Amino acid sequence: MMDNGFSSPRNDAFPAGLRVLVVDDDPTWLKILEKMLKKCSYEVTTCALARDALHLLRERKDGYDIVISDVNMPDMDGFKLLEHVGLEMDLPVIMMSVDGETSRVMKGVQHGACDYLLKPIRMKELRNIWQHVFRKKINEVRDIEILEGMETIQMTRNGLDLPDDGHLVCGEDLTSVKKRKDIEGKHDDKDPGDNSSTKKARVVWSVDLHQKFVKAVNQIGFDKVGPKKILDLMNVPWLTRENVASHLQKYRLYLSRLQREDTVSLDGIKHSDSPLRDSAGSFGNQNSINKQQLDVANRSYGFPGNSLLVQNTEPRSHDSERKGIVSKSAAEPKGALSFEVPDSRKPKSSQMEFGHSFISPGSEVNFAEFDSNFPTRFSWCEVPQTQLKQEPKPLHLDDGLSQLTLPGKQQRIQADYPQPAPPIISGSSVTERDIGSVKIKPLNDECRNNASLASSIGSTIETSHVQTKTHAASHQAFDPISINTSSMKNQTSYSSCISDLESTQKNINWGLSPFATLDDDLQVCWVQGDCYAMNLGLQNIEFPEYCDPGLIADAPTYLYDAVRFDYENLYDPTEYPLIEQGLFIA
Amino acid sequence: MDRRHLRQQVTYVRKSLFDQGYLDDQFMQLEDLQDDANPNFVEEIVASFYSDSARLIQNIEQALVSRPVDFGKLDDCMHQFKGSSSSIGAKKVNMECSQFREYCCAGNIEGCIRTFQQIKQEHATLRKKLENFFQLARQAGQAETA
Repeated sequence: MMDNGFSSPRNDAFPAGLRVLVVDDDPTWLKILEKMLKKCSYEVTTCALARDALHLLRERKDGYDIVISDVNMPDMDGFKLLEHVGLEMDLPVIMMSVDGETSRVMKGVQHGACDYLLKPIRMKELRNIWQHVFRKKINEVRDIEILEGMETIQMTRNGLDLPDDGHLVCGEDLTSVKKRKDIEGKHDDKDPGDNSSTKKARVVWSVDLHQKFVKAVNQIGFDKVGPKKILDLMNVPWLTRENVASHLQKYRLYLSRLQREDTVSLDGIKHSDSPLRDSAGSFGNQNSINKQQLDVANRSYGFPGNSLLVQNTEPRSHDSERKGIVSKSAAEPKGALSFEVPDSRKPKSSQMEFGHSFISPGSEVNFAEFDSNFPTRFSWCEVPQTQLKQEPKPLHLDDGLSQLTLPGKQQRIQADYPQPAPPIISGSSVTERDIGSVKIKPLNDECRNNASLASSIGSTIETSHVQTKTHAASHQAFDPISINTSSMKNQTSYSSCISDLESTQKNINWGLSPFATLDDDLQVCWVQGDCYAMNLGLQNIEFPEYCDPGLIADAPTYLYDAVRFDYENLYDPTEYPLIEQGLFIA
Repeated sequence: MDRRHLRQQVTYVRKSLFDQGYLDDQFMQLEDLQDDANPNFVEEIVASFYSDSARLIQNIEQALVSRPVDFGKLDDCMHQFKGSSSSIGAKKVNMECSQFREYCCAGNIEGCIRTFQQIKQEHATLRKKLENFFQLARQAGQAETA
């Protein structure tokens, strides 16, 4: 039976009034559960059929907080329903069954259930279901931020045309990294393995991996997407269905958030030129960009019920540049958001997909200019200009960062550096933002191997952040701290490298504010595996030796004008606290 | 019967249902849910169960007689039935259901058939006992409110 399908937003104090949708083909249980939930002061809607439940959920996206469903149902397997709900609505789902076999419970968890209850169910078990709603909300924010950072990195990387690093399987997944971060305060060092409460394998979603993911999603068609399909297409042996499912959820969330943001801010940001530097502020830039991207995305995606994306009817008013981009993407196969950055040297359609929001098409971030004057701006970097202005100063990205000598790290750094190499806050780079004149020599690909570089870069550099994915990749066991500290070094190296690469064109719209966090320790921006330790606490960045060409032995002498970031435009640090997580490497 | 006597009887009958293993803790959960908003909640739930279980029993019977035997289907049907009977705390019925599923997994159709007879019997017995109990409770309640 379906009672009031639509519930109005809760007015009572949480968790009272929690809107629960119960799905069970057994009428007796349905009555019992309804009664139990009502006794918990929750608002209950019951459904005897899975398809009715989906219908209700789709009709009213925001009408429910949590779904409780039986595993065995006649019209649809409970696990299937679970997947649908997770993908489309991203609500917490609790499974129920009279069968408590481990394999079944495991299956439930793999499909994304946040809990698995055994019948007969006690009322006290139902009383606490609100925790799942709460937990999800908390993690949602973090995940989005991480994703944004990741996307940015990806964009940068793509722009830079860096080689693929392969995937990292780090110890932590987003959630755990974030948690860790919170717990620890600064990123951490703690051994990667311990923070997650679950023992599941943690995957670090590197830019590369994410790119594959997005490609797969686009190929399948956003509305037909499913973890299994994506997994198959991605062809990553070590990746599990569960990994993909949870990443997909975050992706959706991210997209929907972009959409929301778009509608919120955008005010005339001009994208044609440095979007990043937009007056709208860092966020605004992003938004505008996002919008465009979303536009594109919208178009392309046919997202079911439009749930995710946007419905961004907005701003198509973006300047032609954007439009150009948009159209480009429109031309892309699959509705995915393939956004091409106009300037990017190597436009990769898949690249922009996710991060479209971040990147202002073609514009700004052009890392291409890494040469001494970095024209690009890092929108995402909140590097305070003042700091950056310091001219060749030792980069110490962060006060606390100890320096690490990352012998092999450097190389990685670049690789992943999608674009924002600059973010490396340390002014390294990037972009022409007006960041001050800090010049950091951008390292080119050679940086990669530059262990020497790292060491040469003055140990004073406190790199707090950015651990590029490469780091992560290569040093999976990287201790976050180490990365952080070395980040500085790396950064310079990377930044230089990056600049060298074509990343310039990708504007790094790092939604992540790696810079913002520079204050603290290095935080890994890229939680997702891209470990860009973006904690660009740019404020503290000083680029001492970085600026010194001599430092970079192998690298071409680019000067990173990291300081040039137009930090203002960078996103507001408060917006993206996430990058902080320490390296995401597990 | 006077009120006190009736209530004593109700208490006694109820206790014996638990002691003899006909009902388990779940039944008490149902009793806890009963309140002013749903004063006959337990009885309603039991009625709902018996009404729905008729259909489930029929499904099982069909699966039992069809040849070749589809143990998978049989297991599914029984799973459903078991889930349902757990809703009212039908302990003996549930135990027989578990037994049934064991035979089913072993592919023992004879065992399944035999067990199913047991299930039906327990199912019917419990029904009578509960009906009796509810009637008594009603009488006692009426006597009280009289």
